[in-house]
Amino acid sequence: MELYELTVHELIEKLDKKEITPEEIMKSYSKRIEEKEPEIAAFVTRTDKEAIESAKNVNREKSKFAGIPIGIKDNMCTKGVKTTCSSKMLENFISPYDATVIEKLNDEGIISLGKLNMDEFAMGASTEYSAFKITKNPWNLSTVPGGSSGGSAAAVASQMVPWALGSDTGGSIRQPAALCGIVGLKPTYGLVSRYGLVAFASSFDQIGPITQDVEDCAILLNLITGHDEKDSTSINTPKKDYTKSLVKDVKGLKIGVPKEFLGEGINEEVKEKVLEAIEEYKRKGAIVEECSLDIANEALAVYYIIACAEASSNLGRFDGIRYGYRTKNFENLKDIYKNSRSEGFGAEVKRRIILGTYVLSSGYYDAYYKKAQKVRTILKQEFAKLFEKYDFLITPTSPSVAYEIGTKSTNPLEMYLADLCTVSVNIAGLPGMSIPCGVDKNGMPIGMQLIGKPFDEETLIRAAYTYEQEVKFRENHKPTFRKAGA
Amino acid sequence: MKVDKEEILHIAKLACLNIKEDEIEAYRKNLQDILNFANILDNVKTEDVSETITSTSNVNVFREDEIKEFKEKELLLQNAPEKDSGMFSIPKVIQ
Repeated sequence: MELYELTVHELIEKLDKKEITPEEIMKSYSKRIEEKEPEIAAFVTRTDKEAIESAKNVNREKSKFAGIPIGIKDNMCTKGVKTTCSSKMLENFISPYDATVIEKLNDEGIISLGKLNMDEFAMGASTEYSAFKITKNPWNLSTVPGGSSGGSAAAVASQMVPWALGSDTGGSIRQPAALCGIVGLKPTYGLVSRYGLVAFASSFDQIGPITQDVEDCAILLNLITGHDEKDSTSINTPKKDYTKSLVKDVKGLKIGVPKEFLGEGINEEVKEKVLEAIEEYKRKGAIVEECSLDIANEALAVYYIIACAEASSNLGRFDGIRYGYRTKNFENLKDIYKNSRSEGFGAEVKRRIILGTYVLSSGYYDAYYKKAQKVRTILKQEFAKLFEKYDFLITPTSPSVAYEIGTKSTNPLEMYLADLCTVSVNIAGLPGMSIPCGVDKNGMPIGMQLIGKPFDEETLIRAAYTYEQEVKFRENHKPTFRKAGA
Repeated sequence: MKVDKEEILHIAKLACLNIKEDEIEAYRKNLQDILNFANILDNVKTEDVSETITSTSNVNVFREDEIKEFKEKELLLQNAPEKDSGMFSIPKVIQ
């Protein structure tokens, strides 16, 4: 057994017993990265060699997490190491400060193995929109890993990192976790500080764990939550210990299954596996009912209008003056702005800026942006009504399993449909979690999504843990790294 | 709404982006597709509904306005595309 095959809680156990050292852990991962990175292409910046050096000076007295490695999505600021957002715009950007989540990990002595690939500025659902490389899905190298946190998910699934941080604006943690057969959690909006996360859509963005199992998910969530005065949307609630929710019991819990997410547009095999998982919950004593989220189909339109509006505003800061790409082709200041942005941003980012600018522009603001904000209110109310009755909801995470690279990237609207099941969770600011619930006939993983009440990550972790311990997906299914074809 | 070529050029100007002549149609079609798709919202009655701008209940988050000195000026300047004497450099703006 190689060390890189272990989960984080297993690594900690061995460290505590002094059976292994942090240096041995880093060397094991570095070797694994050396072996798998050429075919997976998950890293934008590798820091595994530096990690081996840092591991030599770890103080295990200080924290039980000291000397544990991690991978970081490349949109979280890391002092001294490039933060590129997989964009030409930030290709050489080195942040002068650490994001709050990074500070928290550093305080525990957790060591980064590198920065992970993503769709440019987190805009995409396949990681094909990275300006640098296309990350492959470890379960079939000719398919996408999902996105936008595709590098994080592929790195965890291929065990090049034991766990990773991702960010989720419309499904960007949950969907790649589903497509790569691992666990991903988008926390309630405001639970984790966004300070130092490069903003995409500020009222949706949230950082969360991408892990091999539910126990690691609870542990990493513990490490990154907490109020932060540097993020005015961060909520001041008492700190919880999510590992207390690692309980194998769902007896009496009420589960709602919104029928809108099991209808048209959802792959039959995905549907079948999610329904089987729901049967498992019934067997464990949960009470399951079909329910309805009437506005589910409208949510996707609301999402793209609001997310692009916020993005067009957030990305206004990239002007080629203080940091980021600057064009060589200019005569005056206006040229610098225009040409730097036009040459520095990729096509998908520009498409979304155009849409966002349009819906915010005079004459269309009321018809699109304001309208979407109103429908957002209705969606929140519909969820609140469901949660009067149910403890959590179950849906598929993604309408399909991982698809072949290149088959959807040329049709943006079709790509957007990949977010069908996940966006409404961001619009309402709820916690959502994806866990693997089976594989299709080609052996590709399928994920189910658990949606919870605001700040009730505990119920999601408890329900996910119960299912995981019963079904043991991780023991029965492993990525094959097969090349092309089904 | 129907989007035409002039509209795309106007929006691109607002967004401070150049769009090449041969790209205009692709951007136009993409925007048109998404707006057509967004028409689904017309079916939702929103007369008496207020807007939601964020998911938190936080309103007016205040803190003390304390000065915290940032001592690593060189870390900021290392990202500057062009710099001169410890300052960001841009082309002359007054002709």
